[in-house]
Amino acid sequence: MSDFFHAHSSVIVSMVFAAVLGLSLYLPLMAGQLSLASPGFYALGGYVAAVFSTKIFNVASGAHFPIPYLLIEMIVAAVLCGALAIIVGIPALRLRGIYLALATVAFVEILRVVSLNLKITGGAVGIFKIPQPFRSTLQYLWIALPLLILAMAFVYRLEKSRIGRAFTAIREDELAADAMGIAPTYHKVLAFTMGAILAGIVGTVSAHFLNTWNTRQGDFNASITVLAIVLIGGSRTFLGPVLGGLVLTALPEILRSVADIGGLPHWLAQFLKDGRLIIFGLLLVLCTVFFPQGIITPEFLGRVRRLFSRRPRATTADEARAAP
Amino acid sequence: MTADVAESIRADAPDRARAVVLEATGMTRRFGGLVAVNDVSFTVNDGEVFGLIGPNGAGKTTLFNLMTGLIQPTSGRLHYRGADITALRPHQVAARGIARTFQNIRLFGNLSAVENVMIAQHVHTRSGVLAGVLGLPPAPAEARATRKKAMELLDLVGMADRAETKAVNFAYGDQRRLEIARALALEPHVLLLDEPAAGMNPSEKQTLSGFIRSVRERFDLTVLLIEHHVPLVMGLCDRIAVLNFGKLIALGPPHVVQKDPAVIEAYLGDAG
Repeated sequence: MSDFFHAHSSVIVSMVFAAVLGLSLYLPLMAGQLSLASPGFYALGGYVAAVFSTKIFNVASGAHFPIPYLLIEMIVAAVLCGALAIIVGIPALRLRGIYLALATVAFVEILRVVSLNLKITGGAVGIFKIPQPFRSTLQYLWIALPLLILAMAFVYRLEKSRIGRAFTAIREDELAADAMGIAPTYHKVLAFTMGAILAGIVGTVSAHFLNTWNTRQGDFNASITVLAIVLIGGSRTFLGPVLGGLVLTALPEILRSVADIGGLPHWLAQFLKDGRLIIFGLLLVLCTVFFPQGIITPEFLGRVRRLFSRRPRATTADEARAAP
Repeated sequence: MTADVAESIRADAPDRARAVVLEATGMTRRFGGLVAVNDVSFTVNDGEVFGLIGPNGAGKTTLFNLMTGLIQPTSGRLHYRGADITALRPHQVAARGIARTFQNIRLFGNLSAVENVMIAQHVHTRSGVLAGVLGLPPAPAEARATRKKAMELLDLVGMADRAETKAVNFAYGDQRRLEIARALALEPHVLLLDEPAAGMNPSEKQTLSGFIRSVRERFDLTVLLIEHHVPLVMGLCDRIAVLNFGKLIALGPPHVVQKDPAVIEAYLGDAG
């Protein structure tokens, strides 16, 4: 078992990061805002970590990077991403639906081009030799798992709170929410900013984890990947993006393992190994056709819950009765 | 009928001449070439039930939208208790105590009845993100009070037993009542009801009149009402304003408006 974890340590840690990144997209979605800006803030957080750990903090080569320094980087990234999110969010969140998505993709692209041309970010080469706070890859879980659990707990509690209800109201009907005394812009910017902060924090840890950071971390492909996480996982409960992030990151590795089982025809094994992107794309298409709300929906969770309780719940009886 | 005629009518009924709550002055709204609301002026007094009637497309709902900040007037001003609220956003209007329902019901469909009513208490609560997430004061006490009050309001409209049912699954009449409960959760001083009887069955319509009256008494409300159901309007309203093609053509007590030739021609004549 331990062998398994060590052999796949890199994938396991990446899975957790992807799940948190999925949650960072879910936060603005709670208020009905489809923003693809997460990779931009993720990249920014990574650059904060890369610059601080290689240029500002003096760590003797070979020594472990102190965890408190990592926490400082996370705080700096959170503040920076939060401030930038407010500045970008106020004008951008006037746009609706697909236009907002496009504007946030443009934002990610602007950040990419800027970091490509700045000296401090290392231009096209990026920043190398980011010091390691841990001895082994798997130990990154000491940061990644608490981050995921805290983020999940945060979103879970938020959804049941006053602010979370305001988000939901805006998602359901922005005009009605407005007429009921909920300021739409304030809450949309708030949700967007919280997502940005979360993405930035993941970026800082990820930069150390990957050891190197460059403009490829926050490009258009990254936007599409996080979008796929939320689309396939499901956007109406926070478990959707979490499971989407975990599964979609593991998928290429699973396919590779399946190909290695042996006994498969040569062409199939080859396809599973090299056709990963085709399979990935196919999955995306199939999910949008058959699960337009994602795989994990509140209804799905309700069915799972009923499966365990067996007793028919009052709400289902109501729903059946009221169905036209 | 012009504004000064309306003034004279009010002078005829000094017992109702309480403080002015809402004052619309020259409210006009154009959509391209169409003048949906054309130079409409009127005042609404504290505690009265003010009816707004007129044929389809007369501009009644547009006037409601203007009064709640959903759309901005092309010209004209709107004062609420002496303060100019013309340029306020909808949520600011709501926070000042003007609540409304919608002609084409706009509940939060995927949320339960009780959640719909809880959401509308937003302006009367203040716990922020951290208090809510960490369960720090005042969030837990506020959450309890919010739910309790929501249940009371659901009880008032007779829906407490279905508090956890999704709003979208209710029958039409229930949805209308739920919208009223949601509007009342704002603790408004003025309640704007846009065709509350539409889609209700005859027996529901019968009880609606008494319900609106009792709600007005209980919460000390001023009520503005758009309605097509003539018996309801005639029995309930203290004064009625009649719109036709965006213009105010009559304003006064029901029995006077009913006999107004312009009204009979524009509206009641059509109906008869």
